[in-house]
Amino acid sequence: MQNTDNQTVVICTDLSKTYQQGLIQVHALSNINFEVNKGEFICLSGPSGSGKSTLLNMIGGLDTPSSGKVYIDGEEIDKLNKSELADMRLHKIGFVFQAYNLIPVLTAQENIEMVMQMQGVSKNERHHKSLNILQEVGLGGLENRKPTELSGGQQQRIAVARAIVSRPSLVLADEPTANLDSLTASKLIDLMLQMNELHNTTFIISTHDPMIMQRSKKLVKLHDGKIIDNIIQKNNV
Amino acid sequence: MRSLPLITSLAWRNLWRNKRRTMVILFAMVLGVWAMIVTAAFMRGMAIQMLDDTVNNLTGHIQIHHKNYLDDPVIENSFFGNDTALLNTLKLPDIIHWSSRIRVPAVISSERETRGVVLLAIEPEAEANISFLKNAITEGQYFSSNDENGIIIGKKLAQNLETRLGKRVVVMSQNTKNEIADSGYRISGIYDTSGEGMETDFIFITKRAAEQLLDSTGLSSEIAVITRSLDTVLSVQKNLAAKNPELDIQDWSSLQPYTKLVVEMYSDFQYVWHLIVFLAMSFGIINTLLMTIYERTREFGLFQALGLKPGFILVQVWTEALFMLTIALFIGNFVSWLTVMTTGDGIDVSAFSQGMELAQMSNIIPFVILFEDLLLANIIVIALGLLTSLYPAWKASQLVPADAITRI
Repeated sequence: MQNTDNQTVVICTDLSKTYQQGLIQVHALSNINFEVNKGEFICLSGPSGSGKSTLLNMIGGLDTPSSGKVYIDGEEIDKLNKSELADMRLHKIGFVFQAYNLIPVLTAQENIEMVMQMQGVSKNERHHKSLNILQEVGLGGLENRKPTELSGGQQQRIAVARAIVSRPSLVLADEPTANLDSLTASKLIDLMLQMNELHNTTFIISTHDPMIMQRSKKLVKLHDGKIIDNIIQKNNV
Repeated sequence: MRSLPLITSLAWRNLWRNKRRTMVILFAMVLGVWAMIVTAAFMRGMAIQMLDDTVNNLTGHIQIHHKNYLDDPVIENSFFGNDTALLNTLKLPDIIHWSSRIRVPAVISSERETRGVVLLAIEPEAEANISFLKNAITEGQYFSSNDENGIIIGKKLAQNLETRLGKRVVVMSQNTKNEIADSGYRISGIYDTSGEGMETDFIFITKRAAEQLLDSTGLSSEIAVITRSLDTVLSVQKNLAAKNPELDIQDWSSLQPYTKLVVEMYSDFQYVWHLIVFLAMSFGIINTLLMTIYERTREFGLFQALGLKPGFILVQVWTEALFMLTIALFIGNFVSWLTVMTTGDGIDVSAFSQGMELAQMSNIIPFVILFEDLLLANIIVIALGLLTSLYPAWKASQLVPADAITRI
């Protein structure tokens, strides 16, 4: 356990990731040192290949670092086995992906309830919470729709709802607006900011989208696997 | 455990996600199950039919002989079949019928031809309960108990002797005094079996008639015994052997080792056949599951990202396989049952009658589904199916979430 105050959700120390591509070594991340406090709304920006998604994957325990450490709520995730890591993700982290990644055989409501079901939340509570969150994300009445019957924007709202419904410490969103038109993207950012405000949920979002960058509370710029600008305090618009 | 309802629900829905593919693989699996069960039923039917035919064709379940009879089947090697002590041992509750016979080599002559045969002198009432003869008479009639002049011969022998029902024939054999004895008989019945070998080899007179011909009063060459069931044969044989140590008492398997070999071979072949069919089926199962995993790699990555443990991903793929196997077994069992039901008494294989005769079998082969055969086929499909699907399931559980989730 890392001694952190209760406000620090994520700590990355000397985090590096190197991929071997044939004979070439690609340094996706180099000595990243990074902290995120509870309730922050952070945007990771940078060109393609700058290491945004890799950093999110390391923080989320979806991939393992070549060196360095990641702490989530003070717990070093590198020391967790696969099963413990899965448990940590289940209870502490919500994910939003660029391609929505909803389960096509489940309805909107079932997609949202899935995580709670894995957590062992009772059926009634799941039902109640999922309907509430559907209302909050503006999709009340669409609970029985399958993902294929929803627009891209609606699917991404469901994905956000799924990520936050069980009140995780942290939501990691990897280019959540990349597949959306600007109006839908704007609404999604509104939604995430609203959730951030309403539930004090910490968001780390990787994006190219200038709209998100403008509206995020902090901006971290990455280039060639390094943080080139220290965390910049921005005004939330 | 709390993820199990979700996993089960997902597995069931995913099974029907690509309906056409699921139906194709299910069809292949049902075909495999059907082939397993129906072939097993046919093989079992053949084995049972062969055994029944062997038992009915004079062998019985057990035979009692003089110690030297099987080595030298002549009238001298007979025993007193009406001995009270021996008759008392035949009152075992597991013995349902028995019949005493004289069986000696003989020569039969008609007006035109002469043939070497085996003469069987029988007790008509008792024999009717244990052998094929009474039911195989196609011309004339079966013996009455005190018939001393009648003889029953096979259809093919009648043709060979160029004789027919009602005509007289002369039978010649060696009597108990080592003298050649002969007597004339009128053909009172002609029997017809599926095997011509039987028809040309065996002629039948009553025991009473044989006593006059062979001077064999009270003697028997063999006593054929029918027990309550095949399961009791061994115990009855041992019991009789213990009580009659001076006699040679053998069961059908040692009297007819070829039949025993074939019956055992049919049973063992089932395992080989099941494995061959399953091997073909397993390629379908593995291929389908690997395709499933390939198509749903992102989903498996997502499940891991959302916190589903790798073991549960393995269980999810396994549950899909289990559903598929269960459906295939259910339909396969039903279709097999339907197939067996529609064949009624069995299938007619008279086109291969010469081969069937060689195997001492009749031309109608029934399908026989035994519970143990059904269980074996079902267990093989479920157990090996789950074993086969372990590899794709394990592969799915070992995906790295970061890679899987970005897979296109």
